[in-house]
Order: sequence, then structure tokens, then C-alpha cells
Amino acid sequence: MTDATQAGSMVPAKSIISVDDRTKKRHAAEKRFQAYGIAAIATGVFFLIFLLGSILFNGVTAFQQTFIQVPIYLNPMTLDPEGNRDPAEMAKVSTFGYAPILENSMASMIEAQGIETDVEPDGLDALFSSSAAAQLRNRVLSNPDLLGQTIDFNILATSRVDGYFKGRVSRESIARDRSIDAEHLDIVDALREEGSVVKRFNLAFITGSDASESRPEQAGMGVAMMGSLYMMLVVLGLSLPIGVFASIYLEEFAPKNRLTDIIEVNISNLAAVPSIVFGILGLAVFIQFMEFPQSAPLVGGLVLTLMTLPTIIIATRAALQSVPPSIRDAALGVGASKMQSVFHHVLPLAMPGILTGTIIGLAQALGETAPLLLIGMVGYVATNYPDGIASGFMDPNSAMPAQIYEWAKRADPAYYERAWGGIIILLVFLFAMNAIAILLRRKFERRW
Amino acid sequence: MYDTQYSEKAVGSAQDIKIATKDVNVRYGANHAIKDVSVDIQDKTVTAFIGPSGCGKSTFLRCLNRMNDTIDVCRVTGEIRIDGEDIYDKRVDPVQLRAKVGMVFQKPNPFPKSIYDNVAYGPKIHGLSRNKADLDDIVERALRRGAIWDEVKDRLDAPGTGLSGGQQQRLCIARAVATEPEVLLMDEPCSALDPIATGQVEELIDELRREYSVVIVTHSMQQAARVSQKTAFFHLGDMVEFDDTDEIFTNPKDKRTESYITGRIG
Repeated sequence: MTDATQAGSMVPAKSIISVDDRTKKRHAAEKRFQAYGIAAIATGVFFLIFLLGSILFNGVTAFQQTFIQVPIYLNPMTLDPEGNRDPAEMAKVSTFGYAPILENSMASMIEAQGIETDVEPDGLDALFSSSAAAQLRNRVLSNPDLLGQTIDFNILATSRVDGYFKGRVSRESIARDRSIDAEHLDIVDALREEGSVVKRFNLAFITGSDASESRPEQAGMGVAMMGSLYMMLVVLGLSLPIGVFASIYLEEFAPKNRLTDIIEVNISNLAAVPSIVFGILGLAVFIQFMEFPQSAPLVGGLVLTLMTLPTIIIATRAALQSVPPSIRDAALGVGASKMQSVFHHVLPLAMPGILTGTIIGLAQALGETAPLLLIGMVGYVATNYPDGIASGFMDPNSAMPAQIYEWAKRADPAYYERAWGGIIILLVFLFAMNAIAILLRRKFERRW
Repeated sequence: MYDTQYSEKAVGSAQDIKIATKDVNVRYGANHAIKDVSVDIQDKTVTAFIGPSGCGKSTFLRCLNRMNDTIDVCRVTGEIRIDGEDIYDKRVDPVQLRAKVGMVFQKPNPFPKSIYDNVAYGPKIHGLSRNKADLDDIVERALRRGAIWDEVKDRLDAPGTGLSGGQQQRLCIARAVATEPEVLLMDEPCSALDPIATGQVEELIDELRREYSVVIVTHSMQQAARVSQKTAFFHLGDMVEFDDTDEIFTNPKDKRTESYITGRIG
């Protein structure tokens, strides 16, 4: 119809240069969709940043703790009345014997620095933690040679003094606080100018144990961490083999019939069952029926295993399904048995998916609190590290999220800071586990 | 060198029947995929199954080494005998059967392992080698028979999946022959390959005929004509005609066969 010579000057019936109405609409729809997407992502990122920001803002102060540096003369006459430096004998002097030493040492330091105050020496105990005497005693008992010397001891300050330096406690807020007066704050202000009050990295928060309601400055996460560790060992040790073998059987060997269909549907449903249901199941089965000890990480681990299994089974089955069927054919075709084809070929290829699913399941279990409520792992549980593997599994303990919940529940605002700090520790663990999942995925990933 | 190796074994007497099938029916649930098929496959011969898509030729092929067992709804009735033994007998272990009847698939499917491990896997699980040196021999022999030795001998540790499509398929053939099968089933082995790779594989099939009976399913009539001595034509689950390849292509007895090979159906 058109000649080559005409082509340059002719106007086509349908120009592709000018945009027609339908195309304009399509472009607009596309732009709108992209805008929704960007808005959704921006909202998500905003909340994430806000969340992380507020966790860091509230929690990071828990990693610092205020100490008062006091030179203390350890008088052998009072601390070792028998004079034989035998720790067993020295232990007869209780913490009540050490408390006056702290008060008097502090009083003489205040005097030596020329700070004027009306506070009597026995009123100075409002400045330091009620656990400080026990800490001094432990130090002396572990090293009796210190007797007769003057040591520089870092006295753990009370949560009020600590809060005063962190900005949580003010002179107005202590007006109705009977545990501390404005005069005490005058003293610590003066001590700070002399350099005797220091803020240090709070290692005890990471390694320590929970403390009573009145000693938030001493509370730490360490023992709860051990509780979580032992629970995770149980979860890993049980849910990985059970979950993987169950999925392999269901996916590769089980006949496809009504029974396996029902099992499949129920596994999917179990993944959505509220975790507190698993808690009450654990209470009924493991504690009331099987009579396992309450509050034990073993029971916690068993309950979390029940909760994690569906996650692991679903992830493992998805990983097995994603292995191309041609690999199974190839293995069967050279005369491998069903089991050989699964264990030699399918499973290695599914490994990255299985490991990722397992670690995600573990991370989920690590952060779970509700089931632990019902088996007695939430509360003021443990004060000591377990002294062996068996005691780690069987002795009453708490877990990291349960500890956070416990702190958040307590009245003293100093525990509020601890709860946020605990969340930071928990998040560090979760990030680490996710990083491991990604690394394993990368390492085992193969292309075909 | 390996030419002489093969010529030592004379091409078996063409009349030996390796696989005898009688009234084979295959059903996938309600779908009757194969209807009363009886074919005798001779030893040391290439037998081609041709026919339009969905006519059941691949299904029938997969019956011969019981690969259909992996499909739950598949029911096979009738009689398939290899060397006189019924392969659907209850006492038969499909694993032993598949060691005897090797298979090459439509899409090259090497394991995501090294070339060496791909070939060595079969002999390993069947205990064909006593030691490493033995296994090395088996692998080399299989790769030579797969006509791929010269291309890969310097990189046996390279992944089998890194080879080109044609090389992968020849690797799969080498893998299949490494277990010393007696029958080799090939399900459209060249459909994913370019003409040059196809030519190489076809040459290889012709070589393999000296030692194995080969059954090949193909869409390409030219390929059937080039490589096979016997041809069976399948149509809608029926085996319409089975005869010498020359006969089928020059003098088909059935109307449907004639329509298919002349391009009017299919």
C-alpha cells in the first residue's frame, strides 16, 4: 500500500508516538500502583526505624552502671577474728558485718575530700546497693590475703543514684521517695566532681542473675540466657531430627491418601495454634502427667519443640518439594533405592532450605514467652548459674523473653530500663541466628 | 582403541528376544493410557517408538524399568518379561531391575556433583568396584562409551551441570552405561539438543547397539529412521504397527501409520 518514497511523509493511521487514552490510563494505573508500593515500604521502614530507635534509646543505658570508688581498709580484727585466714572461718562474718565497713569508709572518704554534709555514716547506705556488702564479702573470701590492706573498691550505687546520673531520677521525683534524700544527691554530686563516681560498662547486666524487686541495679540476664540456651539445645536436638524425618517420610515415602491429607492439613493448622495452648498442653502432659519438675528448661524446651515442629516440617517439605523431580528420576534410573535417592541426592539439595527453616523456627522459639508462663518459667526464678549439664536442664530457670517480661512487670522504674536492655540482648541473639541462617544458605546453596 | 574392544563382541544374533511384552495395559486412574500393547524387543538392536504426543510411548517405555511405580495412580497390567522373567512379579526388586535396565531421560539431568561422581555413583551403590583404581577404570570406560571422555578427561572434578546440553546428555548416557545394564531406555534423548549434539548422540546410540539393546522414544521420524532397526508406531494408546524400520517407513501397512509418517496426522 505504501511506497518507500512515501514512507517519510505519510502520517500513520495509528501513531505510536502520540499516546492514546487507553495507554495513558494504563500508565496512570502503573504509577498509582508503584506509589502504593513505595508508600507501603516507607511506612514499614518508618516503623522499623522508630522501633529500633526507641529500643536503643531506652535500653542502651542498661549497659552502663554507676559505681562509687571508695578506698576501704579491710580490718583483720573484725573480718577474721580467729586470725587464721581460713575462708571457712571468715565466712562466719556475715554481710551485716561488712555493711558498716562500707558506710564508715565512705564517710571517711567524704570527710577527706572536704565535703560537708549532715548525713550520718549509717545514712550513707542509701547511696549504695544492698548487695554491695555481699560483693565486698565475696571479694574478701575469695582472696583472704587482702586483709590488712586498703583496697580501692567500686561500690555498686543504688538504682536511684544510677538513675540520677542517667537522667531518670531528678530532685523533683525523689520528693516522695523515702529511700533517698536531696542531701544524698548533694553528696554524689560532690563526689562526682572529685572523680569518685564513675559510670562503667555493666558486664553484670549480661552475665549476672536476676535480683529481687529492691535491687534493680544488680539484676542481669546471664542466668536467663543459660535457661534459653538449654531450652534451645532441647528444641534443636528434638525438633530437627523429628521434623526432618517426619517431612521426608510424608513427602517422599508416604502414600498419598486421605490419612496423609488429614495429617498435612493438621500440621499446617498446628503452625497457627496460639503458643499459650502449647503451654497448657505442656503443663498437663509434662508436669502434671509425667511429673517433670516445674520451671525446668527441659520442660520449656519440650513445649517449644512442640511449637517449633510444624514450622520446621513445613519449611522442610517446601525445601524437598523445590528439588527438581528430574534428580529423583536420575537416581532411580541408575538403580538407586528410594532411600538412597533421598539421602544421597534430594536431602543435600534441600539442606539450605531445611537449615534456614530450622533456624527461623529456633529464633521463633527463642523469643517465645507465653508457653513459659504456664510451666512456671516466668517470675523471680533463678539466682544462680546451673552447676552442670543435668542441673542446667532440670533446675528451675527462666528464659530471656520471660526475664524481660518479668522486669517490665515490676514497679521500680529502674527495671524498665533493664527490660529494654534485655530486649537489645535478645535482638542481638535473633540477628545472630538469622545471620547464621543466611550464611548456611549461602554455603550450601548449589546451582543446577 | 575402543573400536576393537567392541568388535570383539559380535553383534548378537538379531533374533534373540530381550524383552517380551504381552497385552500390557496402563491406567492413570480413569485414564486408559496404554491398551493391550504387545511388543518383542530384540537383543542388540535399536527399537524406536514413534507417534504423536500423548500416544503413550513414553508411558510404555517407563513400564519397562518400572519407573511408573513412582506414580501413585498408575496401574500396570499384562506381562513384561526380560530374559523370560516377569518384571512385575512380586519378588522382583525394582532396584535390581533398574540396574539391569538403564534409562536416559528427555532433559539432561546430571546430579549437581562432579563429572566423576555422576558416573561413579551407580557403580558405587551397586558395589561394582573393589577399590578406587577399579572405580577410576569403570568411570573412564563409561565416559569413553558415552563418547565424552576426550572432552572431560582433564576436568573430572568439574560439576556435571556446568557442561553444555549435549555434553550433559552424553554424560547421562555414560552414567547409565556405567552400571553395566543390559537394556538402555531412552526417552526422547535428543529433544533438548541442537542438531550437532543430536548427531553425536545418535552416533553414540549406534555404537551402543553392539552391546545393549536400546529402546528409544522419539518425536522425530528422521531420527527413528536413522538410528533404529525396529520401529513401533503408537497412536492414542494403541500400538498400531511394529516392524522393521525400513518396512514402516517405506511400506506401512496401516492407514494411520502412513498418515503419520507422511505428515498428515501428528
